[in-house]
Amino acid sequence: MSSIILSTTIRLLLPLLLLFSVFLLLRGHNEPGGGFVGGLVAAAAISLYALAEGVEAAHRILIVNPRQLIAGGLLTALGSGIIPLFLGRPFQSGLWLPHSLPVLGHVGTPLLFDLGVYLLVAGMALLIVLSLMEEE
Amino acid sequence: MLLAVLCGFVAALFAPLGFRRFPLWAGRFAPLLPLGLFLFFLSHIGPVSRGEPVVVTAPWIPSLGIDFALYLDGLGMLFALLVTGIGFLIFLYTPAYLGGDRRQGTLFAWLFAFMAAMLGTTLAGNLITLFVFWELTGLCSYLLIGFDHEAEGSRSAALQALLVTGGGGLALLAGFLLLGGVVGSMELPVLLASGDLVRNHPLYLPILLLLLGGAFTKSAQFPFHFWLPNAMAAPTPISAYLHSATMVKLGIYLLARFSPVLAGTELWLALVAGVGGLTMLVGGILAVLEHDLKRILAWSTVSALGILTLLLGVGTPAAITAAILLLLTHALYKSSLFLVAGALDHGAGSRDTRQLGGLARRMPWLAVAAILAALAMAGLPPLFGFITKESIYAALFLSPWEPLLLTGLMLAANGLMVTVAVITGLGPFLGKGAPALAAYHPLPPTLWLAPLLPAALGLLLGLVPNMVAPLLLRPAIAVVQAAPVNTVLALWHGFNFELLLSAATLVVGLLIVLSRRRLLALLPASWQEGGFTQDGGFVLLLRALLRGARLQTIIVQNGRLRYYLMATIGVAMGSMGLTFLESGGLPGSLAWPSGYLHEWLAAGIIVAGALTVTVTDSRLGAVVALGTVGYGVSLVYILYGAPDLAMTQFCIETLAIVLFVLVLYRLPLFTLLSTPVVRLRDACMAAAIGGLMTLLMFYVLAQPLVPHVSDFFLANSLPAAHGRNVVNVILVDFRALDTLGEIVVLAVAALGVFGLMQSRRSDGEGK
Amino acid sequence: MESVFAVVVGILYATGLYLMVRRSIVKTIFGLALLGNGANLLIFTVGRLSAGRPPYVPIGALEPLPPVADPLPQALILTAIVIGFGVQAFALVLIKQVFQTVGSDDVDEMTTTDRIADDGGQG
Repeated sequence: MSSIILSTTIRLLLPLLLLFSVFLLLRGHNEPGGGFVGGLVAAAAISLYALAEGVEAAHRILIVNPRQLIAGGLLTALGSGIIPLFLGRPFQSGLWLPHSLPVLGHVGTPLLFDLGVYLLVAGMALLIVLSLMEEE
Repeated sequence: MLLAVLCGFVAALFAPLGFRRFPLWAGRFAPLLPLGLFLFFLSHIGPVSRGEPVVVTAPWIPSLGIDFALYLDGLGMLFALLVTGIGFLIFLYTPAYLGGDRRQGTLFAWLFAFMAAMLGTTLAGNLITLFVFWELTGLCSYLLIGFDHEAEGSRSAALQALLVTGGGGLALLAGFLLLGGVVGSMELPVLLASGDLVRNHPLYLPILLLLLGGAFTKSAQFPFHFWLPNAMAAPTPISAYLHSATMVKLGIYLLARFSPVLAGTELWLALVAGVGGLTMLVGGILAVLEHDLKRILAWSTVSALGILTLLLGVGTPAAITAAILLLLTHALYKSSLFLVAGALDHGAGSRDTRQLGGLARRMPWLAVAAILAALAMAGLPPLFGFITKESIYAALFLSPWEPLLLTGLMLAANGLMVTVAVITGLGPFLGKGAPALAAYHPLPPTLWLAPLLPAALGLLLGLVPNMVAPLLLRPAIAVVQAAPVNTVLALWHGFNFELLLSAATLVVGLLIVLSRRRLLALLPASWQEGGFTQDGGFVLLLRALLRGARLQTIIVQNGRLRYYLMATIGVAMGSMGLTFLESGGLPGSLAWPSGYLHEWLAAGIIVAGALTVTVTDSRLGAVVALGTVGYGVSLVYILYGAPDLAMTQFCIETLAIVLFVLVLYRLPLFTLLSTPVVRLRDACMAAAIGGLMTLLMFYVLAQPLVPHVSDFFLANSLPAAHGRNVVNVILVDFRALDTLGEIVVLAVAALGVFGLMQSRRSDGEGK
Repeated sequence: MESVFAVVVGILYATGLYLMVRRSIVKTIFGLALLGNGANLLIFTVGRLSAGRPPYVPIGALEPLPPVADPLPQALILTAIVIGFGVQAFALVLIKQVFQTVGSDDVDEMTTTDRIADDGGQG
């Protein structure tokens, strides 16, 4: 399944799509978007790349393997819930930095939680798609 | 006191380790726990004997209003002292009996746990506590009977005991719940004070029957008497402890404990006294037909339990006094005789009464113990058993119900007891030595000391009966009778009718002993060997149950996924449909839809896609149609203000199509496997369910929407959670815990896929 | 428009269930997918369809201006969609493996695991 058009397109599109997925994640708290959609877009982008360039190439781009993404996502989400415990607040209460940061905007534990969701969803979709592709 | 009850469980935890590391010292220290507990309870005897119960309460399940309550009164004290006192003897005896068995630690763990459970049952201050510990004793009994778990007989005996007493336990629970409901409290003191309320309540009959069901199964009353002799598969000290002195007395405890609440009616008299009388005769007759020491003792235990039940059934002050006396006497002499039987088994290598004889010279102390216990059993002066027997006769002779009949039956039962006493206590030690006993070896001292102690205590109590009467017996009698008593015991009552009856008992017993050989010879040959199992009915019942279960499995578990699915969905839909019908149809009519063309278009795309998936016979076509459905749904989300959903659905649909394409050509072609009739049936069922769903939605949509929760989210999204996208705020902040759960599900699903692929791969490599 | 979508949901349920009780195992996945879409649409419709306004707080306001779509069903459905995908993928792979192992796509021939084990032993 190698087509020059697809592989050229995807090489151009991949960074854009990944950037877009992060953009979706970051603005998710205020505009349409969020960790679920972001993760899926990222997974779709890398899946397309894998279709064009092969599973090996996709793994190279990913650096970590999808299972580590899943584990990392779960730990991030859990960690975001645990942070408030250290400050004597209930599990998963939202904590926010007092001022907005440039680029990231308003930052708090819910954003961290969303990041965890993003990583996990992307990892899940990639694990399923890539391991099916490897069977080919 | 809480600690006193529960420390047995703690000891049970450490027993296996202790016995593995220090087998010798653990065996020496183990008896100290029951001894310490015995002394502890003894130290409370002052206030308890003055009629001031010790009450301890600790919260247990506060959300259900259930407390862990202990209640130590006269009756509880008697049982607590029996449990710990006899427990001490058993713990002293067991290490020597088992020798160096490597499973000693396990046995002791169960024993410790059993002792704690017994204490908990007899000292329980409310019905729930009582029930929990009651079941724990049954569980320990199961484990202890099945201790020799490599033997088929032990396992089936253990299971039988568990099923019988467990079934009774269920009846007991139901009875307790009814009783608690009637009285409005589960606490023992409240219950004990509301006897009249319960006796006049319409639910009295079921309560009584259920409680008796629990008591009769535990105490092996007819027709549940069959499990007790089979339980003799347990090691002898276990039989002595559980199946003669303590656990089987729990049924008696229950009758005694609830006498103030339930006794005093015609029904009580007829049921309890009737069953007790029958049991005492059946047990006595079967006892003299056996040859195995332990089985003889087991049947005579059944008989003694029958006498106890009979006395509690009669329920006059004199009868209750006699019952409490017999409770104590029987525990002392029967545990002693069991331990003697165990020692004989250990030292002489046999339990068959036809082989044992003339061992008095070789085992002098054991002989003393056995003879003292036997005399107590036979009810001869100056032993405590004599006082007991006199009081039984006195009680029955003055019984308000059939005094002559009861006295006559008791004469027969006691005559049989005399016979048993002669066979088990005197037979092995007197007379000629049997030649077959080559296996003889000398006994360790604890093996004769443990049976000697209770036997000697029986003698001591007989000589000075009023030493314990005011402290121990009188308070217990008072509790059962729910009125203060002033029992005075004496060995010598003068020449009266009871003495005459005692003499007659002896004569009857000795006559049976003398004629036993000849009587046995008259019986059919198959009866000569003894070993009566009375569990034919039980075995049949069990077999029928198993057959029924198998039949049901064949019908219900037919292994066809779609029938399971149909049944599940059918039931769910059926109950929903019924609810719908009961509510009286649609509450109002819906407005005729007035949507724009694009809304109708979205709906049309979905329907067309769904129908295409269903009827197409091309796999690719089905995938495309399924994608159409998905994109159609995503269109709906866009149209009605849910851009987040639309985006997610769009991405998912794309990924799903990639997935299907990857797998599709490894999947089988669509094949038509069902006949047209089956397809029509399924189509009708599916259409019916779809229609029902639509109706239900109409129903819901016709109700006004009550959006309290959503209003809260809408109002607080920005001020409290700093987010403008309310959907996202719900997901990552308000309901983040749910989301956490959901992403865990995702992770598991992904790992499941991965695992499936891996397993396939490794299978392939294996080949 | 709710009543129209009530009918659509009914049709999705009916087709989904019809496919799920087929003997051909592949069809059950399609049934599962249709049923998932039906359930999501059900929740969405029961929460009322209001054309237009998504549940966002406009800049400068403290809370959304009514009328606005109900955010709660949306949050429920969002995770349900993704989980539905996970389940679908799992079922798909499971059925693929089963088909490759058993060599049949007839559910009625998969009533016992013993035969598979035997076949495995022979193979």
